[in-house]
Amino acid sequence: MLNTNEIIQTIEMLDQQHLDIRTITMGISLLDCADADIHACAEKIYRKITRCAKNLVKVGCDIQSEFGIPIVNKRIAVTPIAIVAAACTASDYTPLAVALERAAAEVGVNFIGGFSALVHKGFTESDRKLIDSLPSALSATEHICSSINVATTRAGINMDAVRLMGTTVKELAERTKDADSIGCAKLTVFANAVEDNPFMAGAFHGMGEPECVINVGVSGPGVVYHALQSVKGRPFDEVAETVKKTAFRITRMGQLVAQEAARRLGVPFGVVDLSLAPTPAVGDSVARILEEMGLEVCGTHGTTAALALLNDAVKKGGVMASSHVGGLSGAFIPVSEDEGMIAAAGMGALTLDKLEAMTCVCSVGLDMIAIPGDTPASTISAIIADEAAIGMINNKTTACRLIPVVGKGVGEEAVFGGLLGSAPIIPVHPYSSEAFAARGGRIPAPLHSLRN
Amino acid sequence: MKKAIVTVIGKDQVGIIAGVCSMLAEQHINVLDISQTIMQDYFTMIMMVDTAACPVSFEQLGAMLEEWGANKALSIRIQREEIFNAMHRI
Repeated sequence: MLNTNEIIQTIEMLDQQHLDIRTITMGISLLDCADADIHACAEKIYRKITRCAKNLVKVGCDIQSEFGIPIVNKRIAVTPIAIVAAACTASDYTPLAVALERAAAEVGVNFIGGFSALVHKGFTESDRKLIDSLPSALSATEHICSSINVATTRAGINMDAVRLMGTTVKELAERTKDADSIGCAKLTVFANAVEDNPFMAGAFHGMGEPECVINVGVSGPGVVYHALQSVKGRPFDEVAETVKKTAFRITRMGQLVAQEAARRLGVPFGVVDLSLAPTPAVGDSVARILEEMGLEVCGTHGTTAALALLNDAVKKGGVMASSHVGGLSGAFIPVSEDEGMIAAAGMGALTLDKLEAMTCVCSVGLDMIAIPGDTPASTISAIIADEAAIGMINNKTTACRLIPVVGKGVGEEAVFGGLLGSAPIIPVHPYSSEAFAARGGRIPAPLHSLRN
Repeated sequence: MKKAIVTVIGKDQVGIIAGVCSMLAEQHINVLDISQTIMQDYFTMIMMVDTAACPVSFEQLGAMLEEWGANKALSIRIQREEIFNAMHRI
């Protein structure tokens, strides 16, 4: 029999510490939707998604009310559209994004990810068409997310793609300038993208995935923060143990929900993604966990070490709690979506350079960072290249989701609303990377890619 | 048997147990175990119940309990037992 303390502990996590399941994401293969006629392809995509995911939101809501755990988002990830659309003769893929948007509205999910292309070694014709369509597709839709993989440890970095993404991000920012360039919040540039990530904006349904699958992303920065308050001033061994135990509990909940959702939907269970995903709500911040470890403000010296410990302990605690762990699995540091990060960036304590260092030791990368609207495309490309290099050399996923906020500069604020939050605009280096970005070509894969 | 946990937290007052139990009885819910304590001035009751014979949906049941509790400044929730087992039992 469960005892009172255990039950109260769980209720407190749910009630006061913002414990939730961040997302149930259904991965759907669209490979059978190919058609030379883009409108026929769009119709097939719409039909397939609305058929596979028609019960997704209802099942999510049912589980939420029966188990009493909030399930914040129900989402869908699809096969990279550049692959699905390769047979299309049309040069603009915007109609496919519009079909995805229509499907999202019909089934009631808040994002569909997978308007994506994998170009780490080079472009297909279709990859180019997709990237050229991005400014139009992402400004014509609200709930469609895109990711472009420009590097892997095995293939190196496609610097032509890096250059192209710099200009694409700028163009997308310009197209959505009336809403603080929010279009860029839906576009992630990856190195070593994973095929089963349930989190947006980077979710897509990889080529090695089954027809349909359920992946679940857990959350819980507030619970970890609260647990650490019981070990104030204690050595780091105890901090790590406390994080591990907490991560175990959170992940067990994720595993339960994932299996239950998969069973009810009649779809295989894929992975639980053990990520600490913050929200802009007070008490749900990764930055505050780092500060609880003894830092005056996130971004000061010691932040990288604190984040390294946190990221590792979350994985160690979580991995025992789930039968299959995957996705990004680590701590997220999206600046605009984390109340503590917003505060730290606002006071100038958290800089782009420090964030770059932090991405070496946690999952993903430079995420939801607002930069001045007049940042040159070549500078954005160079930031992407730096981040891709970190991912390539360290065998890890890194990403850039940078928002050059048109018409705004350092000291001003970009406001996106909802889970995307708001971000103070932080400076980039003023010195040019123009000649660097202009070179193009490929940065070769590192020696340790030759593992066979 | 479909086991669930009912938790009632709030200011102590006359008739909490009687009220909750009669609501549950109306919905054909069998109470398997009750523990009740005062924690930090708050009345805290935990009941294990069997909802197998309950004619209304879990969602409706939860809403009914919540509404009844809200009128008395009590937080009442019902959750399936599995969530607590997952978190606290290996």
